[in-house]
Amino acid sequence: MNQTPCFRRARYVSTIIIGGGQAGLAISYYLSQRAIDHLILERGEVANSWRHERWDSLRLLTPNWQSRLPGYCYQGIKPDDYMTMPEIIDFIGLFAQQISAPIQCGTRVTEVHRVDQNYLVQTTQGDWTCSTLVIASGAFNTPVVPDFGRQLAETMTTITPHQYKSPTQLADGGVLVVGASATGLQLADEIQQSGRQVILAVGEHVRMPRYYRGRDILWWMDMTGLSDQRYDEVDDITRARQVPSPQLAGSSERNTLDLNRLASQGVQIVGRFSGVRDHTAQFAGSLPNVCKLADLKLGRLLSTIDQWIEAHGLGTEIDEPDRPEPTGVDGSPRLDLNLASGEIKTIIWATGFRPDYSWLKVPVLDRKGMLRHDGGIVNSPGMYVLGLPFMRRRKSSFIHGVTDDAYDISQHLANYLNSTYRRKCVSVA
Amino acid sequence: MNTYTKIVNNGVNVGALMEAREAFSVTPEAAQFTWRATCHWVKGTHSYSEIEGYYGLGEAQSHKKRFTFDADHPETFAADDHGATPVEYVLVGLASCLTAGVASVAQHRNIQLHSVKAMIEGDMDIQGVLGMDKGVRNGFESINVVFEIKADASNEEIEAVVAQSQKRSAVYDILSNPTNIVVETMS
Repeated sequence: MNQTPCFRRARYVSTIIIGGGQAGLAISYYLSQRAIDHLILERGEVANSWRHERWDSLRLLTPNWQSRLPGYCYQGIKPDDYMTMPEIIDFIGLFAQQISAPIQCGTRVTEVHRVDQNYLVQTTQGDWTCSTLVIASGAFNTPVVPDFGRQLAETMTTITPHQYKSPTQLADGGVLVVGASATGLQLADEIQQSGRQVILAVGEHVRMPRYYRGRDILWWMDMTGLSDQRYDEVDDITRARQVPSPQLAGSSERNTLDLNRLASQGVQIVGRFSGVRDHTAQFAGSLPNVCKLADLKLGRLLSTIDQWIEAHGLGTEIDEPDRPEPTGVDGSPRLDLNLASGEIKTIIWATGFRPDYSWLKVPVLDRKGMLRHDGGIVNSPGMYVLGLPFMRRRKSSFIHGVTDDAYDISQHLANYLNSTYRRKCVSVA
Repeated sequence: MNTYTKIVNNGVNVGALMEAREAFSVTPEAAQFTWRATCHWVKGTHSYSEIEGYYGLGEAQSHKKRFTFDADHPETFAADDHGATPVEYVLVGLASCLTAGVASVAQHRNIQLHSVKAMIEGDMDIQGVLGMDKGVRNGFESINVVFEIKADASNEEIEAVVAQSQKRSAVYDILSNPTNIVVETMS
């Protein structure tokens, strides 16, 4: 570990961007505008996660009209639909072509070190040095599985959303889906419809209707300014960044996907999967409260929208306000499930994701292994990150949210390069 | 940051709690607490427990004074009823934890409380503890809490305070999630 990495054969470029997805490409656009030489290193192909780490039926949670990158937007004939995976891959691929992004595919970053005033970026295709580094490798690299879940893998079929493609890959029989954010609900929905009994373990979640008062809920989030709310404007940004993704799904029918709908389809709703004892899964008794919390939070969101509509005098032009039914919780949801009984054959962990920084050998991670950053400006000179939840704005981790962040970060990065350049001039003089 | 024009006082020092959060984010080891009680058998099902010392903020701590609790079972159990039953202490634990949470959350949200009453019930089939039916658990089948709160706030705001107090309650967590319990006997 104390070996000093050497610069031999390392090529220099002002900025290296790690990741050729929407975030890396968006900042590439702005760096080109500022005439900053840069290179995108992509482990696979453009939009790699969208190609290889998503299930077959997935569609974007955001409507097509909202799919926009710097100087680029959806031009098709279905602005209110939601892109399929092939569509989003094409959308991002075309943007990369359009901006002639300097991207080197098939290049996995293996280590990054701070060496003198630069970063040494070691990859499967040789080394680079750079003054500034943008980490745009995504927030959802690694599915999170609880400790007790890893032990279960010895005796049960357990899979993560990265391994899941469609219900046909699953054994016949029951499926325990753990987690009730967008991923968990969508998988529970299609697996139940495939004829397998689903048990859905539900912890804290964020409930959202697909449409409210005749418009997509994300349209309202944009209009009311909620999407643009800045990270330095909220009371507790640490907590805001940990809020689970909303229970949304993209479908041509524009259906709302919530626990009530799943329950009506026969999905068994149980509390958070909190442990295993004697080969029995134990579910928390907190289901009524997590549902109540989500219903109350949803009520506050819809009231905020109603107030905005009132304040802007739009009340007569759109649908009447309404409130979805409170989440129905069965009087006494089951608290345990014998995993040896054969009732379920598969467990799917939809328990969240985390970024992978195992290659990052610069001391910028906190004790939880997350990047220490202030709105994307990482705690090491000239290092930046993009695409994390609520990074600079509530919309930061959405495709349409990365543009404003990329612009801000490119500005800070340009100023940094200027200042280091000036310092060098002064020290030479 | 929130700015309020009215001053609310529920007697909770939220400022100190927020400062503690700030401090623990720098020194998480100071947030490690250990709570203790010692229980002495008296006679029959009667015992008394003492609580005085605990550990926290990196050192041994102590309550202002020693608290003692008699526990027993009522006459319907053919006992002498020298104190509340242990399961009633559990109800006390949950109700007082949630109530403390209501006061703290309300203070944090600038809601003035006038009165808070929590009525708590735990349903139990005692065929479980008597070992009569393997299908019946020893503990509560369910616990029900009803809060009666008078406060300067809308019903929705009060419901949100009660929901948040459950989310942040230690006893609620202890009762709704499994906990590993190790019991040893000193030889």
